[in-house]
Amino acid sequence: MAEIIEGGGGGHGKHQKKRAKKHSSRVDMTPMVDLGFLLLTFFVLTTQFSKPKTMEINMPVIPKDSTKRVKINEDNAMTLLLTEKATKVYYYYGKFKNDASIIKTTDYSKEGFRKVFRERNNDMIAKVKILKDKLMKREIADSTYKRLVIKEKEQKNNLFVIVKADEKAKYKNIIDIIDELVIGDVPAYALVDISPAEKQVLKVMGEIK
Amino acid sequence: MGKIKIPKSAPSLDMTPMVDLAFLLVTFFMLTAKFRVNEAVPILPPASHSEKILPENMLQVTVDTAGRAFFSLDGQDVRKNLLKKMVQKYNITGVTESDMKRFAVMTEFGVPMSQLLAYIRGGEKERGKFDKESTGIPIDSVNNQLGDWIAFGWNEKQIDQQTKKISKDNWCRISIKADGQTNYKAIKRVMQIFQDRNLNSFNLITNMKTEAP
Repeated sequence: MAEIIEGGGGGHGKHQKKRAKKHSSRVDMTPMVDLGFLLLTFFVLTTQFSKPKTMEINMPVIPKDSTKRVKINEDNAMTLLLTEKATKVYYYYGKFKNDASIIKTTDYSKEGFRKVFRERNNDMIAKVKILKDKLMKREIADSTYKRLVIKEKEQKNNLFVIVKADEKAKYKNIIDIIDELVIGDVPAYALVDISPAEKQVLKVMGEIK
Repeated sequence: MGKIKIPKSAPSLDMTPMVDLAFLLVTFFMLTAKFRVNEAVPILPPASHSEKILPENMLQVTVDTAGRAFFSLDGQDVRKNLLKKMVQKYNITGVTESDMKRFAVMTEFGVPMSQLLAYIRGGEKERGKFDKESTGIPIDSVNNQLGDWIAFGWNEKQIDQQTKKISKDNWCRISIKADGQTNYKAIKRVMQIFQDRNLNSFNLITNMKTEAP
């Protein structure tokens, strides 16, 4: 320990009796403490506190019989086109037309597509909010609330988002979009392949090669 | 007058509390530490706002920036059975009991079947070389080895879970881990392989975004 043990014991005078040296009852703990700190450093540096998180995604089961495929209401659909460009998102509403003028662009920021979703999804968000207020005021029970919210989310005229990613798009962009869809409370979305026609339009626009 | 004697005392400092604290911290970190599993390739998953914690029991496919696929599955018994099935299917001879044991404790791997034995038997250095240079588990439709790993692995896992009577909440989940810069093409292919085997629910691994949504 940080301690200097002064030469104790022994006689000072000639005539004093020689005494056995008084041993200090302390044990030198320096090595143990050293080891302790070494371990402490090791564990501090190796522990990982931020565990990775996960996002759950359910892909639709593809029925073998193509007539049983679910038809979506295209009027409420919004199609996002993701390309290799890390900053731009292209989107259009409704049915695809072979015309560059229907395609709008936005970006991945908060002011970008989150706003776009919100505007389109306003109706549902408002309705769910009313239900939530009712729940808070204890006008409806918890189970009723859950049932009504699910019913609201299953409405036919809700926003439906189709995410179409180009093969060169980055995984990060797709995760960003799914994350925003979850935050924006979009009730239904799907991950679909981009069609050649859509690619062609983007090409004509000069956005992809 | 005699000199005033200042009593000689050792410049001692009582360090007991500090040491106590240090050991307390050591104990804490030792008990809470969960070691990073050995990753075959460095992956930087994209960030999201999701707060769901990663499930413990997983069948995981990792895709790196080059689009190479790696496979891992939890559970040592399951892995042994899985290896047996795969070896049988791909007609690989000379697999010993010790190879099985080594395979059971391995983490992720990304080598085609032809290199698997060499990978299992290799030391840390050889495995590192394989991880860097191999082409990953083949995922193309002609030679879809990843599909076989998934199909057999999932099957063995189901059998294991039923015999061990594991509660449904802790059943194996599928996770896909990919680098943010991986091209969507590779991810799409991996998802396609899962969906071809009627597995439609995935966990996508992300890091946590620190800023509020």
